[in-house]
Amino acid sequence: MKLTKLQLEMLEGKHGYATQKSMEILSALGEIFEAEKMIPVTSVQIAGVSYANLGEPGLDWLSQMAKDGRVRVLTTLNPAGMDLENWRVLGIDPEFAKNQERVVNAFAKMDIITTCTCTPYLVGNLPHYGEHIAWAESSAVCFANSVIGAKTNREGGPSALAAALTGYTPEYGYHLDKNRQAHVATKVKASITGTAQFGTLGKVIGEILDSKVEWTIPYITGISKASTDELKAFCASIATYGGTALFHMEGLTPNKMRVPKKTLTVTESDLAEAEQELNEEDAEIDFVSIGCPHASLHEIRHIAELVEGKRVKKETWITTARPTKQVADRMGYTKIIEATGIKFACDTCCVVAPIKGRFTGLCTDSAKGCYYGQGRNKFQIKHCSLEECLQEAFIE
Amino acid sequence: MTEKIRGRKIAPGTATGEALVTSQSLSFYGGVDPETGIVVEKGHELEGQSITGKILVFPSGKGSTVGSYVLYQLAKTGKGPVAIINQQTETIVAVGCIISDIPAIDKIPIDKIMVGQKVHVDATNGVVELL
Repeated sequence: MKLTKLQLEMLEGKHGYATQKSMEILSALGEIFEAEKMIPVTSVQIAGVSYANLGEPGLDWLSQMAKDGRVRVLTTLNPAGMDLENWRVLGIDPEFAKNQERVVNAFAKMDIITTCTCTPYLVGNLPHYGEHIAWAESSAVCFANSVIGAKTNREGGPSALAAALTGYTPEYGYHLDKNRQAHVATKVKASITGTAQFGTLGKVIGEILDSKVEWTIPYITGISKASTDELKAFCASIATYGGTALFHMEGLTPNKMRVPKKTLTVTESDLAEAEQELNEEDAEIDFVSIGCPHASLHEIRHIAELVEGKRVKKETWITTARPTKQVADRMGYTKIIEATGIKFACDTCCVVAPIKGRFTGLCTDSAKGCYYGQGRNKFQIKHCSLEECLQEAFIE
Repeated sequence: MTEKIRGRKIAPGTATGEALVTSQSLSFYGGVDPETGIVVEKGHELEGQSITGKILVFPSGKGSTVGSYVLYQLAKTGKGPVAIINQQTETIVAVGCIISDIPAIDKIPIDKIMVGQKVHVDATNGVVELL
């Protein structure tokens, strides 16, 4: 791989320790994936923020990097393991809280904007079509590549940080147009509506792609309409179940792709089967969670309309980005929602918060939430529409 | 007689030690105990064995990107391998070795290396010597 004079200086340590380590990471990845050069990136999203995942070693490494590392481009942060302001009310252990704060402070020291959300594109980190970026967080990667048409590989925490601290990423994978062509035409012969159903569709297509090495990018037809919230849910699900970083949805997403010859069809019965897998029989629900990926203003407004004047009987969380909640505060949505007993958990989500063992059964509209609820947290799961989730919350 | 095999540098450095070899890919997050360096993945060829102080030889990494931090923790507490040899290194192991200063090399036909064999790794120059 050819490096420029500046990149070589970074590698030699002339721009400090953190920049050097970062360039070592990027040049090794460039060699592994046979990139010819580095390209500048203009936006970074970093994952690996929860202390529950990082532990002391991860924090130790971040602290080393924070000594002299400062980001060179717009960089935002994934959810942390807790609401940074309201963690006590949400039952987080003070020891965990102290360590989580150390993690977030290390990121802040590197000039990373501590948005703590998986939906950076909703709160000020919105790249444009064709822009080269380096994002971690699988749902956001899929959204950026597919819905926006920006170009990013699926970065891990350290490689995204390395891109932020140098402003570069090796040019391979989804940065190259030749790797952004669809492999399989995917016909959806079913009517899909709402975040839950779009999540189920993501699971069906994702699992098929995951089982076929030669199929990575689907060219999806048969969906005539999708809201941004529905696409957000779809991206999270197809990325979770299929490792998918890029899809095309005819008429709805902007990438220019040829229709592949190979074809697969998704039917109502495929969706029903997947739905059954997402709903355990006799699941004992004691926890309702909405906002995976983080709830948008539109979703929060809709929830406020649905719950006004009622009272929840089960622990119910809405996870969202703090800036989103701040507007909800101004509009009075928060007051209406909190009066029902529903809690807001900003800066965090049910995938990364340390909630294992606290609940028996999770009810959510998120197919991604089901995957991690079941796998990581050992919850029984129920998957249904946002409206049905709220109904569940009101039942004893 | 020593045999020299040329490979590709992933993370710089040199080390000599005893080879611990597996033909199965390895996940560090969940697959290796970060406190003891013992492989804990159920049914893995190396289950129950310690990677500490070894030249760890395996085809490729797999699993969660958090695995990079597990390698870092092992290295910082002296429980890590002294070097890693892969057939094909992927992101998790590459990043893990770089942040932990573990010498790593790939593009090595790993079936040439025997369990328990003494090996010298010069990752900086991309060479493995079978001693």
